[in-house]
Amino acid sequence: MEDEEIYANGGDDSSQSRPIISGEQLDVEAYAGLYSGRTKITRLLFIADHCDNPSMQMEALRMAYDEIKKGENTQLFRDVVQKIDGKLGPSYGMDSAWCDTVDRRAEQRKEKLENELNAYRTNLIKESIRMGYNDFGDFYYAHGALGDAFKSYVRTRDYCTTSKHIIHMCMSAILVSIEMGQFTHVTSYVGKAEQTPEALDPIIVSKLRCAAGLAHLESRKYKLAARKFLEVGPELGNSYNEVIAPQDVATYGGLCALASFDRSELKSKVIDNLHFRNFLELVPEIRELIHDFYSSRYASCLDYLGNLKANLLLDIHLHDHVETLYDQIRSKALIQYTHPFVSVDLHMMANAFKTSVSGLEKELEALITDNQIQARIDSHNKILYARHADQRNATFQRVLQTGSEFDRDVRAMLLRANLIKHEYKASRKH
Amino acid sequence: MNSVEAVVTQIQGLSSNSGDLHALHGYLKQTEGLLHAESTRLLPLLDRLDPATHSLGYLYILEACTSGPVSKEQAKSLVLVLARFITSCTAQQIRLAFDKFVAVCKRFKDQVLLIEDPLRGVAPLLEAVLKLRSSSEHLTPLHPDFLQLCLLAKCYKTGLSILEDDIFEVDHPRDLFLYCYYGGMICIGQKRFRKALELLHNAVTAPMSSINAIAVEAYKKYVLVSLIHNGQFSTSLPKYASSPAQRNLKNLCQPYIELANSYSTGKILELETYVQANSGKFESDNNLGLVKQVVSSMYKRNIQRLTQTYLTLSLQDIANTVKLNSAKEAEMHVLQMIQDGEIYATINQKDGMVRFLEDPEQYKTCEMIENIDSSIQRIMNLSKKLTAMDELMSCDPLYLAKAGRERQRFDFDDFDTVPQKFNI
Repeated sequence: MEDEEIYANGGDDSSQSRPIISGEQLDVEAYAGLYSGRTKITRLLFIADHCDNPSMQMEALRMAYDEIKKGENTQLFRDVVQKIDGKLGPSYGMDSAWCDTVDRRAEQRKEKLENELNAYRTNLIKESIRMGYNDFGDFYYAHGALGDAFKSYVRTRDYCTTSKHIIHMCMSAILVSIEMGQFTHVTSYVGKAEQTPEALDPIIVSKLRCAAGLAHLESRKYKLAARKFLEVGPELGNSYNEVIAPQDVATYGGLCALASFDRSELKSKVIDNLHFRNFLELVPEIRELIHDFYSSRYASCLDYLGNLKANLLLDIHLHDHVETLYDQIRSKALIQYTHPFVSVDLHMMANAFKTSVSGLEKELEALITDNQIQARIDSHNKILYARHADQRNATFQRVLQTGSEFDRDVRAMLLRANLIKHEYKASRKH
Repeated sequence: MNSVEAVVTQIQGLSSNSGDLHALHGYLKQTEGLLHAESTRLLPLLDRLDPATHSLGYLYILEACTSGPVSKEQAKSLVLVLARFITSCTAQQIRLAFDKFVAVCKRFKDQVLLIEDPLRGVAPLLEAVLKLRSSSEHLTPLHPDFLQLCLLAKCYKTGLSILEDDIFEVDHPRDLFLYCYYGGMICIGQKRFRKALELLHNAVTAPMSSINAIAVEAYKKYVLVSLIHNGQFSTSLPKYASSPAQRNLKNLCQPYIELANSYSTGKILELETYVQANSGKFESDNNLGLVKQVVSSMYKRNIQRLTQTYLTLSLQDIANTVKLNSAKEAEMHVLQMIQDGEIYATINQKDGMVRFLEDPEQYKTCEMIENIDSSIQRIMNLSKKLTAMDELMSCDPLYLAKAGRERQRFDFDDFDTVPQKFNI
């Protein structure tokens, strides 16, 4: 069995007929069930905005409507109603009475909070002031004023007395920053939370790693993102579903790792990682495709990726990166495929990657030009030959080049030095 | 009249040994006013002097004769006299009156240009440069004039003979700028892009206190030549370039920078449309020819890139990839490049395939060893020169005075500002 796999090297795997799951439409209800709080609403709205299937769109909007009604964010409510535009029948129309009561209640609550905070401030009780600001933050967050919420949470910092308080502040700030898409704040508050002297609760550690992973993902540092997601402990469970579901940890971490890790790193940090295996069990497609990639069954790996693509494009954090990650994974697969061979038959390789020979030639050409594959294509016989750099010749070439560059640079330098000297003397004469 | 006669007699009498020559030089300096006043009547007197034995006196009289405005007719006869003097004069004598000789040669150049026959000036000026310079490392004020005449007369080869000498000593910065600019153009004319790049680079990075037109023009050509020669251009100048150059050159040469950007995409069509759209600008800078060479170099660059990627490729595929019209045209390009030694390949005409080979140089031949050895020698000499220069510099009282003063001030400042920093 082992031998067969080695010889096949992704050639054809018709003998292994495994069911390819997914490919079907995203189950919006199941998806939304993974999350809670504001992110559930924003994720639903994101799906509604980016999906071209009207029934799915309406489903997402309906659930978002229901979800918002449970909260107090009237602005979001108005937006959603406008988006629904009466297409879901009268029960999903504009509810101005609800809006007005919520708004009125919010006014009153705000006034109350302000009075309380002023009282605390005159009494200069640190803990109460902190609570006051924190309440303000919660209040703004619930009403969708993210900027104000962030400011209020950050203000509590001056009144924190224990590291527990600091961590609470940091977690609130991280939550709001992620909602706002301000990932530089996320990184800095993750750093602050990690610097607290006391040992952190394992759940908090895992949450921080998720947040840091998201921040790295957003700044396109996929390798760092992969490392952070892979370090997330199993304690996380569903505890952070106002930001991220454990399924997402598996997906984000798995894809980033595939795109940026080399083979040995993939084996040691992903496949042999006991904690991460638990996450991967939640998303079998990702688990399968990582295993396929590692055991060089590229066609099936790429199949899985192709099937997942539509759903990943609907993910609020990953959608921007899907194309880049997919490209990187594909190049990586091509590089890994060619690596052990002296010569590769392009017909067989095209077969393994389910693509045409001419298309493959173009892809390989780009990779060779980028110096990612050391090989040359025999376009006549459709064979790829590995190219072994001749160290001796290359050294001679480099030496001669460096010599002539040195020669040129020193002469130019002497000339400039003489000019400066001359000019200095001239300026002294006048 | 008498006094002029007396001058001639003095010249005839005092031209034999160096002691006499110094006396004569002193005497001639005093009579300069007189000679200028009598400038119109001096020409016949020259017949009584020999340009070789009486070079110094001849020079002074010639300088006085040519000081006034000259008509085209007069110029024709004067050019003959001047050319004869420059070719036959004695180097030792004319170096005594360096400035006078430079002035006379510059007038000679002007007159050659006036009669629109630059070719006649090339040989005498080369002679003048060789006689005037104290060593091959010395850049005289006549270098740029000589190179300019070479350019105008299209005698690029003659110009190259001077450009091959490395120069280190410079009398006036302007000479260096012009030398590098004209020299760069001559090398471009001979397609010696490497040398051209070096000269233009020197012009662009030379120390300057304010930006000058020569450097700007040199920078334009520098952009184009580096595209032709290296296939790329980095817009950032090296650290040692002067700050006016760093600040201004890029803004003053915007069309060229954009050309380089367009080149770096590797798309021939994009480049051609850009050149088409801006051909007016390039033409007014007299750089259109060079720009066209840039465009054609891109085909070469793209074919060269293919050799890195492919072992065999059909001519048709080459034509498609580098956007040539037909396989025939691709064949011509490949053939030309094989001939020029830019790629190593064989063409199989039967099935229209090109087989790209590796560089056959094995670095094993005697010639290569000799070549390497000569490079080592050259660099050793250079390194000796560098050390000598360093020693000389560290003993130079002027340098020490300046460095010492700056150091002192630095220390003082350092000492002074520390408490202030803490105050903030």
